[in-house]
Amino acid sequence: MTTEVVNQESAHNAHHALPIARLDNVRTYYPIRRGVFSRTAGYVRAVDGVTLNIYPGETLGLVGESGCGKSSIGRTLLRLEDVHEGRIWFEQEEITHFSERRMKPLRTQMQLIFQDPYASLNPRQRVGELLAEPLRAHRLSVNAEIAAEVDRLLELVGLPRSSKDRFPHEFSGGQRQRIGIARALSVQPKLIVCDEPVSALDVSIQAQILNLLQDLQKELGLTYLFIAHGLGAVKYISTRIAVMYLGQIVELGDKNRLFDSPRHPYTKLLLDANPVSHPRLRVREKVVLDGEAPNPASPPRGCRFHTRCPYAQAKCREQEPQLDGSIHAAACHYPLW
Amino acid sequence: MRVNEMEPQDTAFVPADSLPAAYAHQQQDTRKEWDTNELESIPTAGLFRQVAGRFMKHRLAVIGLVVTFLLLITGLLAPLLTPHSPYAVTTSFSAAPSGDHWLGTDQVGRDVLSRLIIAARVSLIVGFSTVGLYVLFGTLVGLISAYVGGWLDMIVMRVTDMFMAFPFLMVILVVVSALGASLKTIIVVLALFSWPAVARLVRSSVLSLKELDYIKAGRALGYSAPRIWFRHLLPNAIGPIIVNATFGIASAIMSEAGLSFLGMGVQPPTASWGNMLSDAQSLTVLTDQPWLWVPAGTMLLITVLAINFVGDGLRDALDPKS
Amino acid sequence: MLFYLTRRLLISFPVLLGITVISFIIMKLAPGNPVDMLIDPNTPPELLDAKREMLGLNSSLPVQYWHWLKGLLHGQLGYSFSSYAPVAGMIGQRIGPTLLLALTALLTGLLTAIPLGIASAVRHNKAFDHTMTGLAFIGLSIPPFFLGLSLIYVFALKLHWLPTGGMSTLGRGGGFSDTLHHLILPATVLAIGIVGKKIRYIRASMLDVLSQEYLRTARAKGVKESMVVYKHALRNALLPILTVFGTEIPVLLGGSILVEQIFQWPGIGQLTMQSILSRDYPTLMALNLVAAIVVMTSNLITDILYSFADPRIQYR
Repeated sequence: MTTEVVNQESAHNAHHALPIARLDNVRTYYPIRRGVFSRTAGYVRAVDGVTLNIYPGETLGLVGESGCGKSSIGRTLLRLEDVHEGRIWFEQEEITHFSERRMKPLRTQMQLIFQDPYASLNPRQRVGELLAEPLRAHRLSVNAEIAAEVDRLLELVGLPRSSKDRFPHEFSGGQRQRIGIARALSVQPKLIVCDEPVSALDVSIQAQILNLLQDLQKELGLTYLFIAHGLGAVKYISTRIAVMYLGQIVELGDKNRLFDSPRHPYTKLLLDANPVSHPRLRVREKVVLDGEAPNPASPPRGCRFHTRCPYAQAKCREQEPQLDGSIHAAACHYPLW
Repeated sequence: MRVNEMEPQDTAFVPADSLPAAYAHQQQDTRKEWDTNELESIPTAGLFRQVAGRFMKHRLAVIGLVVTFLLLITGLLAPLLTPHSPYAVTTSFSAAPSGDHWLGTDQVGRDVLSRLIIAARVSLIVGFSTVGLYVLFGTLVGLISAYVGGWLDMIVMRVTDMFMAFPFLMVILVVVSALGASLKTIIVVLALFSWPAVARLVRSSVLSLKELDYIKAGRALGYSAPRIWFRHLLPNAIGPIIVNATFGIASAIMSEAGLSFLGMGVQPPTASWGNMLSDAQSLTVLTDQPWLWVPAGTMLLITVLAINFVGDGLRDALDPKS
Repeated sequence: MLFYLTRRLLISFPVLLGITVISFIIMKLAPGNPVDMLIDPNTPPELLDAKREMLGLNSSLPVQYWHWLKGLLHGQLGYSFSSYAPVAGMIGQRIGPTLLLALTALLTGLLTAIPLGIASAVRHNKAFDHTMTGLAFIGLSIPPFFLGLSLIYVFALKLHWLPTGGMSTLGRGGGFSDTLHHLILPATVLAIGIVGKKIRYIRASMLDVLSQEYLRTARAKGVKESMVVYKHALRNALLPILTVFGTEIPVLLGGSILVEQIFQWPGIGQLTMQSILSRDYPTLMALNLVAAIVVMTSNLITDILYSFADPRIQYR
């Protein structure tokens, strides 16, 4: 598979470059309101101290169970959620407290692709209008060129030109996702946060969309933050992978190394939880991920994973492990290697 | 620790090993999901055409629309249609219908038919301008309140609580009597106590709409707040607003008639169906001169009924689920 | 639920206060004042001034409001400007007839609308259903005063079956049957408005229940259609139906003004009209306050009933 080789090379180069975006100890909390006066009774700690670099040209996969805060990371990076603490950088500029007005030019630099292709397109807009609107809002094309630009975008994502006269509900899930991708591309962004872009689609369509994303990356030199709860898509498209648990990153490393020899017990359990395609490979013993993740409003003391970790020791209940600084980093007192 | 050799229950995880192979298998057709020729390049009918189509299947609604249309024409052309001047006083007081005065004359000798025709204007003006005023205001308030949220939303909601806790007709009577009855006052006062319902309606649909991804997409694309409000939120919330407005026209017409009937609305000599009916509060008129009140009451009934039918048809047409 | 109740009650106080402020301002917007309306134009100006002073009309607006509010906190609604009687007593006298009229109308409306609505749903899209829909629309579109006048014309003036108005026949002292006789026409007018509005609502919620899966299951396992409708569907549709009648209470309050005026029914509505005409502020303020409390209470009760009717709704 040639694409993978290319991706790995670019990943290697990436580490020498400056990050295109950076989260520095970011916390995103959602208030829980309760009682007679809706006072804030506590916080859901969706993102709880995440530091992450995204390098130009790479695809950083972000995986974890639902509710672990992975989507919140994407939205926080795009400044769609308020940051409780920490700093956000984009291309050497700190944007943590940028006003909506100062964010506006940056909105063309960073874009978002959504999970649900049914909810992410305005049902009242024809596709042509939907794609032309960003161009108008940012004055990216003069009026005379907008139609041609819309045609170009449709072609880029593999939709016929006639699509522009139709409404979103006339398209299938995969086609709608292509429209969503075209809309994200319309402002010519450098970084795209893909928030579970294929998990709502049929498996056969998933492959087409993933391949499209890869082709677009090559053609346009895009950087992806690829969020998913399924390891399959992430393994296929990513160069590096970050594993998230309860608002924190527990393991971060090169895709192949992480898949071949995970360091964090949680990563290992996630990998083992995936069915093995070949029956003969299924014989090896598996440790199974038991129960549900604890409530992110009151995460456990010590290591957050200790309540479900098969290898937990006394230290894990007391002390919170930090992500070590190595190239293949893990936040665990007793990593698997 | 549990040992398990079966397939794991968590179906959310896509098979890791099997997928890349499957993807690679389909590598060649990344761009084309279907044959381009499949889609003809005929533009699909817009929302308006679809709604109109469903509306037309609703027989009573179509009749209602035709009647409303006829009433509007009557109102517009009223001065040309009246056989006599609606204000000219003749010497025949309370005369029964005759060849000259088809619906007779009133207590001061004015032609009832002419007054009936010119009164259509009052009702329609009150109906449409009241609704225009409060739907505009209520929509803006509801939209901004829901979109901004927080303290603003809280205060706006308490204000609507306040306005909605006033018993409608009673407070309107008091206010109109305090401010002095005139067409303008009636319109403003009716609107003043009607906007909160629209604001709440719009607020609740915007609250659910703004959580949808296409609104978030708009924010991610850096659209200005007004662009999101008017191009993305409002068009998707407009259905219930239109229905509410249509029923609102009928009820504003009814309220004006009620006020005028009680002598607190449109004042004579200006003719209004309500104040024409108020003559019938005297027993002699009620018993012996039905031409003075039956036509005005009938016109009111027909008008309100027609507009309510239109509203009902619109509700069905705009909400295909029901 | 308890949280929700306390919250609603706590919120209702500032809302009520706001209502009194708005009412007060509205009433003071009126150009005339009650002294001008009441007294013989030949009265010497000094006397008029003394009168105004006595009624507290010479102080500034906030001071007047403060006096009124202080009285209210001591349980005093003040004295009528026109009759000098205590307002509380006047309202107390008038509230009985209005309650009698409104509750009779509500009950009649309920007992008519529910069976008709259900029958409409069961005979969905048949001739009966279409007729009912047409009648319902006429019921909600007919102006109550036109309906009232027409009923008087037919039943009182032409057929002489029923009295034209009032609450009792002069000299006959108003026994039960006499009062009932007077009650029929005004209660019918109010009830028809309710029936018109609710038939379609009841029909819709019954249709909704009838299309549910569990009823299809019941039919599939051979339950008789009448059992399906009356045992399974009705039980699930009835409670939500009952709750919506709470929303009619404020409407009845407004409607009673027109109906009491037409039928000379000696209730709150008539008192309102009289107070408006004589610019009797203390009475109007009190009437507004009472009406607002009634409206807010009935809204609250509706919401609470609704949460019982539909356990899926949770209030916080």
